[in-house]
Amino acid sequence: MEWLNNIPRIPIGDAIDYAITLFSDNFSFLTKAFSDVVESGIAILIQGLMFFPPLVLILIFTALAWFLSRKRGVMLLTLIGLFLIWNMNLWDPMLSTLALVLVSTVIAMIIGLPLGIFAALSQRAYRMIMPILDVMQTMPAFVYLIPAIPLFGLGPVGAIFSTVIFSMPPAIRLTCLGIRQVPIELVEAADSFGSTRRQKLIKLQLPMATPTIMAGINQTIMLALSMVVIAAMIGAKGLGGEVWKAIQRLEPSRGFEAGIAIVIVAMILDRIMQRVGGKQTGATSQ
Amino acid sequence: MPYGAPAKASGSWETAPGRCGVAAYAVTSTNRERQTVDHKIVVQNLYKIFGNHPRKGVKLLKQGYTKDQILEKTGLGVGIADVSFHVDEGEILVIMGLSGSGKSTLVRCLNRLIEPTDGKILLEGTDVTSLNREELRQLRQKRFGMVFQHFALFPRRSVIRNVEYGLEVQKVPAAERSERAMIALEQVGLKGWEDSYPAQLSGGMQQRVGLARALALDPDIMLMDEAFSALDPLIRRDMQDELIKLQEKMHKTIIFISHDLDEALKLGDRIILMKDGHIVQEGTAEAILTSPADEYVAKFVQDVDISKVVTADTIMKNPGEVASFAHDGPKAALWKMRQAGLSSIYVQHKNRLVGLVRAEDASAALKAGDKDLRNILVTDIHRVSPDTPAYELFPLLVESSPVAVVDSEDHLMGVIIKGSLLAALAEGVQTNGMAE
Repeated sequence: MEWLNNIPRIPIGDAIDYAITLFSDNFSFLTKAFSDVVESGIAILIQGLMFFPPLVLILIFTALAWFLSRKRGVMLLTLIGLFLIWNMNLWDPMLSTLALVLVSTVIAMIIGLPLGIFAALSQRAYRMIMPILDVMQTMPAFVYLIPAIPLFGLGPVGAIFSTVIFSMPPAIRLTCLGIRQVPIELVEAADSFGSTRRQKLIKLQLPMATPTIMAGINQTIMLALSMVVIAAMIGAKGLGGEVWKAIQRLEPSRGFEAGIAIVIVAMILDRIMQRVGGKQTGATSQ
Repeated sequence: MPYGAPAKASGSWETAPGRCGVAAYAVTSTNRERQTVDHKIVVQNLYKIFGNHPRKGVKLLKQGYTKDQILEKTGLGVGIADVSFHVDEGEILVIMGLSGSGKSTLVRCLNRLIEPTDGKILLEGTDVTSLNREELRQLRQKRFGMVFQHFALFPRRSVIRNVEYGLEVQKVPAAERSERAMIALEQVGLKGWEDSYPAQLSGGMQQRVGLARALALDPDIMLMDEAFSALDPLIRRDMQDELIKLQEKMHKTIIFISHDLDEALKLGDRIILMKDGHIVQEGTAEAILTSPADEYVAKFVQDVDISKVVTADTIMKNPGEVASFAHDGPKAALWKMRQAGLSSIYVQHKNRLVGLVRAEDASAALKAGDKDLRNILVTDIHRVSPDTPAYELFPLLVESSPVAVVDSEDHLMGVIIKGSLLAALAEGVQTNGMAE
């Protein structure tokens, strides 16, 4: 069995290094452009949010929660939760975390929804996309942070890059699932009236898939939130940054406070998104 | 079922106005040679094989392998195998068979929701199978209306927006769209429900929406895939009556899929019976019942109430002598009755049936010295059309007076008395039983 030891090491790592170097060397204009756009987007968003005094913003968010969910519980959760965060002196980190989550979710949607639709409509695309999603979801989240640094440097853009990769799979999967779940008889009905593919998609498949797609968006938001926290390791600020500092200084009090703030943000976003998705379902059976 | 009879007849002698451009072409099928005929749709040697490399399945079928053998040998599923038939303008053709017989596959091949593997579908001479995607879409938009077993309504659209769907696809302007949709909804009796959602309606009403959705496009061909099978029996009967009534006005060419023989007998001008993907028998309801092609058909029809199928014209006897209202007096009428051995006689005037004269009345009138039949004419008599099913005759025959069978011009074609009805039914049951 001597020969087994003579098999040269298969250079998977080298290949990846090579690819990343190649990309950062030759496509730096791309990464730079992406970097600039995203960075200024985040900056504007954060500054816009910080323009309001915290208490005013709390009221605005509370009103928004009521408007989107029409549920008193969600409204109260928003009011009390945000107040608590402000009270814990975590208001500014919370806003930058929120901005990171929103920006990465929007990017994940822009890429993920079309891919999901594509995978639903084409069997070949489905067979190509699904294994990639499996890899994306099982790869430890930390690994995505590493290439973010050579490509986008330390800071929020790299964080968003890894967050988008980590949080996009459910959006793709559930969009695809929602469209594929439309009963065959309904699709046949749309076909039998001579619909084009586009008409079928817009008039039948997407409306029918909306609740499932909303569930996917919800999951993407939750994953984005958890990744944004991890991304504090590569210099994303925000609540994750507070946790990261607490770890380095071994300050449980500070860590838990930031942790609780993250939980509050997650719960508010989740409840609101659930209601938005749920309302859509309600209209169906109404 | 008061309108059952005329509708059945409508297909045979009436054609829809303005639709006469039916091309004539020669048709050769494997079952039998057909001469050049004007048919709305002609299906020639149609095959549908499911699975990879379906052509191999066609080849094996042509070599004489059965459905099961092919499945075992190649893993291919035979949907339909060498099916040829035609549909005439304005008729209801019922395709029936048990589940798995290929009837739903067949109807989906007609508008290519399922792509046939081999064969031709000629719609007024145009081969549907050779159309490209755009032409096919045009054809589906203008010519075919489809109604589905489980309604297939769009749950997130209101009733009116469901009905508008086909028009929306054709980019008809909104105002015209809702106008046409409302007309279609009125046709199916759903006016006032336009803003409801499908889930708020009962099954029967949902299928009316399905029907309206197809009718809104004013297609000349309706494909109805087990359209009433998911409804409970009473509603189903209502819907069948409704369809017959609508068909009287619209004269669409309807291809109706069913697994219910009673439904097939009630609706079908002609019936095609399928088994394992091929046609086992094709003909009128009566032909299928009284001379089933094989054991499968015989078994299928053995539970049928024959009185629903045997119609007045097959039971009626020759009316024999008829008195003339203009020329015959009581004396002549009595003489004619005596000659024919009857106790009453029908009276015609200008070749139209006007009534009946009884022997006792005639002899009384003779004694009284009446010269014509005016005073003794019984005008309140039972008349039926030739295609009235036998079971509708029973109540009429309870009072022992005969029933007159008249054509659409009121001309006396025949007469039915109680004895002849029972004899006809007994005979029908016998042939049906013997074939088994």
